[in-house]
Amino acid sequence: MNDATIGEVILDMRGLRIEGRSDEIWHEIVHGIDVTLHRGEVLGLIGESGAGKSTIGLAAMGFARDGCRISGGSIMFDGVDLAKASDDGLRQLRGSRIAYVAQSAAAAFNPAHKLIDQYCEAPVQHGIMPRAEAESDAIDLYRRLQLPGPDTIGFRYPHQVSGGQLQRAMTAMAMACRPDLIVFDEPTTALDVTTQIEVLSAIREIVRQFNTAAIYITHDLAVVSQMADRIMVLRHGNLVEEGETRGMIEDPQKDYTRDLLAVRTFRKDTADSPGADMPLLRVEGVSAAYGKVPVLYDVSMDIHRKRTVAVVGESGSGKSTMARVITGLLPPSQGQVFYDGLPLPLDHRKRNKDEKRRLQMIYQMPDTAINPRQRVSAIIGRPLEFYLGLRGADRTARVRELLEMIELDPDEFIDRYPGELSGGQKQRVCIARALAAEPELIICDEVTSALDQLVAEEILKLLQRLQDELGLAYMFITHDLATVRAIADEIVVMLQGKIVEQGPKQQVLSPPHHEYTELLLSSVPEMDPDWLDNLLDDRQGENA
Amino acid sequence: MSQIGKMVAQRLALGLLTLFIVSLIIFGCVELLPGNFAQEMLGRGATPETVAAFNRELGLDLPPHERYVNWLFDMLQGDFGRSLANQREISELLGIRLQNTLFLAAVAAVIAIPLAVSLGILAALYRDSIFDRGVNAMTLTAISFPEFFVAYVLIIVLGVTLNLFPAISNISEELGFWEKVYRTALPALTMTLVILAYVMRMTRAAIINLLASPYIEMARLKGLRPGRIILKHALPNALAPIINVVVLNLAYLVVGVVLVEVVFVYPGLGQLLVDSVAKRDIPVVQACSLVFAATYVLLNLLADVLSIMSNPRLLHPR
Repeated sequence: MNDATIGEVILDMRGLRIEGRSDEIWHEIVHGIDVTLHRGEVLGLIGESGAGKSTIGLAAMGFARDGCRISGGSIMFDGVDLAKASDDGLRQLRGSRIAYVAQSAAAAFNPAHKLIDQYCEAPVQHGIMPRAEAESDAIDLYRRLQLPGPDTIGFRYPHQVSGGQLQRAMTAMAMACRPDLIVFDEPTTALDVTTQIEVLSAIREIVRQFNTAAIYITHDLAVVSQMADRIMVLRHGNLVEEGETRGMIEDPQKDYTRDLLAVRTFRKDTADSPGADMPLLRVEGVSAAYGKVPVLYDVSMDIHRKRTVAVVGESGSGKSTMARVITGLLPPSQGQVFYDGLPLPLDHRKRNKDEKRRLQMIYQMPDTAINPRQRVSAIIGRPLEFYLGLRGADRTARVRELLEMIELDPDEFIDRYPGELSGGQKQRVCIARALAAEPELIICDEVTSALDQLVAEEILKLLQRLQDELGLAYMFITHDLATVRAIADEIVVMLQGKIVEQGPKQQVLSPPHHEYTELLLSSVPEMDPDWLDNLLDDRQGENA
Repeated sequence: MSQIGKMVAQRLALGLLTLFIVSLIIFGCVELLPGNFAQEMLGRGATPETVAAFNRELGLDLPPHERYVNWLFDMLQGDFGRSLANQREISELLGIRLQNTLFLAAVAAVIAIPLAVSLGILAALYRDSIFDRGVNAMTLTAISFPEFFVAYVLIIVLGVTLNLFPAISNISEELGFWEKVYRTALPALTMTLVILAYVMRMTRAAIINLLASPYIEMARLKGLRPGRIILKHALPNALAPIINVVVLNLAYLVVGVVLVEVVFVYPGLGQLLVDSVAKRDIPVVQACSLVFAATYVLLNLLADVLSIMSNPRLLHPR
């Protein structure tokens, strides 16, 4: 990470062009990119989805996914042109001299084999070391990556190990043959903020120890600024800007980079504190379980009209379960849910149409939340017909109004299928579908997690505007504290099925914090290249 | 492992319930068969009086529900009754025939299953190649003909023209093992051709289905050989559907042999069933049908257990 360890050029991609096929036609998706990487250097590739960063990262291994092909340029890796190399030649380099760490370790580990078997595969198959040696080496690396129980963890199956640990085990696996270059493809995107820190520091430590060159792909500038020596900002398969990390963060040259940096500035105006009026929704002493496994313990919260309550916590904290209890999908074992002062039937099957209508949901994955075989008009029109009995011309007119409300041109979008929409547009359609029922409360379950930062920002602004205009209340489930800062009036912090802290935003976000809130807040990466170092020093100091 | 034990016990109980329902259905259907055993037996001597006397002697004059209950309770005590046609113990009759049918099924399975699974793996490995298309076309052709037609073609080509195998598969207990295998070659081959396509195509599809998954991409990016990727990384995760189709086809080998046994005059359970239906030998028909049903239930149980054994998530819980 300093000049002394950065050696000669290990990877040099010149004029890289990659094509992708859709509808039997090849389109260029990467338009002549140059990437140079020296030994021991970490290069950050950053951009939104569709920027081509993963495609470029895989091209550094001479690999193109099905439906893609490397159509031009050269990929010189240590004197070999990977764009022209034979399949066999590529195979011998992959895993041994260039390794890959995938976004979701849970999906990228083979569920049928133990971790250590998968670790040993590359070194044994490439003839680098015998099995016994590879095993002891694996245990050594597990220890260096601070995995718990390094002697035994390798003998577990992937499903028996947590997400953060799997991601470190995958980093160990990539390191197995001591490659010259590792491609990290969004290795922490699927992890909670507190877990992310462990993985980031483990990755950085091991890359430094072995002086390995790395390409670090992410959409999160704050993360990449902790990891990379140099950053390339990509958009639509073109280079926007390239520069040394500190310089880029402090003085970005291009508007797009500034947008990416500035993305977390949106804040809703602070609303008045809730009056003494009756809460729209009250959850009282709710406990719930999946089968025999308890997930919620005696949880209580209020949501007032026109207010946004953000429910924050890591995965497994029970925040989505809370939504399932409120919507009646999971009847609680104890406790009660009141709507407008009246008890709501706990089982959704016992709720009447109006009780259902007033409480709508928007989901995390717009791709799976809408039927790909229905046109936008049918998706939004269905609740209009079901809840409000609108038909024919009335229905169409209302769909058009709703489309205008979510800032999509009715003429252009009303007859489209979901496949013809971008991720952000799909989420807008989901919002319109929820609005169609004319609800009073909308539960938003991680609605921006699957979206790029700039798109997510637009969605948050839209939700805010709709709240101001229509007087909606939101229950906003998220693990992203930046989103919470932007949109919440009140915050509920959850940990292992319990509420550890709740109250108005200002109060929860300003010290003194509950211990866990403190951990969550301090774990959100900041746009400061020294942030991770300082944080680790701080925490080390506390432990010492 | 206790989880598996519990599941097996549950499935066995369910299987018994299934068999009970099946026994009801079998009995009901047999009741619906036209014709009458006494008339069939007595031939020209069937006057109303002799028929009535005959029925009374065999208990066939009782109302159906009483006969059903008697049949069920006898069977629960291990007594399948006697054949009406020749008064032999049905359990004895079934024993030999079932052995023969299982022998034929085993010979067919030993040829067909390894062949089909390997063809499926190879087709997945060289997908969209000429080999893949050729194998697909050939196996599909084979199942597109009815099995008796395939059987006759084999008899003409291998039995008559080339004179390699006997056209009639008459086996008995005193024959040596290899002689028996030799005589069952043609029916076994026929059944191989019939099930080859199912198993091979399911194997191929199950493997190809997985090739887009992230862990296969990971295996490729680790620089592994294509053969190793298919065998070590795709196949273990494709086992559950493959096991299911294999076992269903094993069940077919035991149960679906009726036509093939008749064509080759093979002394198996299917042949016995057909003969007994012709003779209106009701107790034998019922017993055969029940044995077939039990085979299905047991083999499906086996498939479930094997599928679980092949899934580390279920075998090694957190």
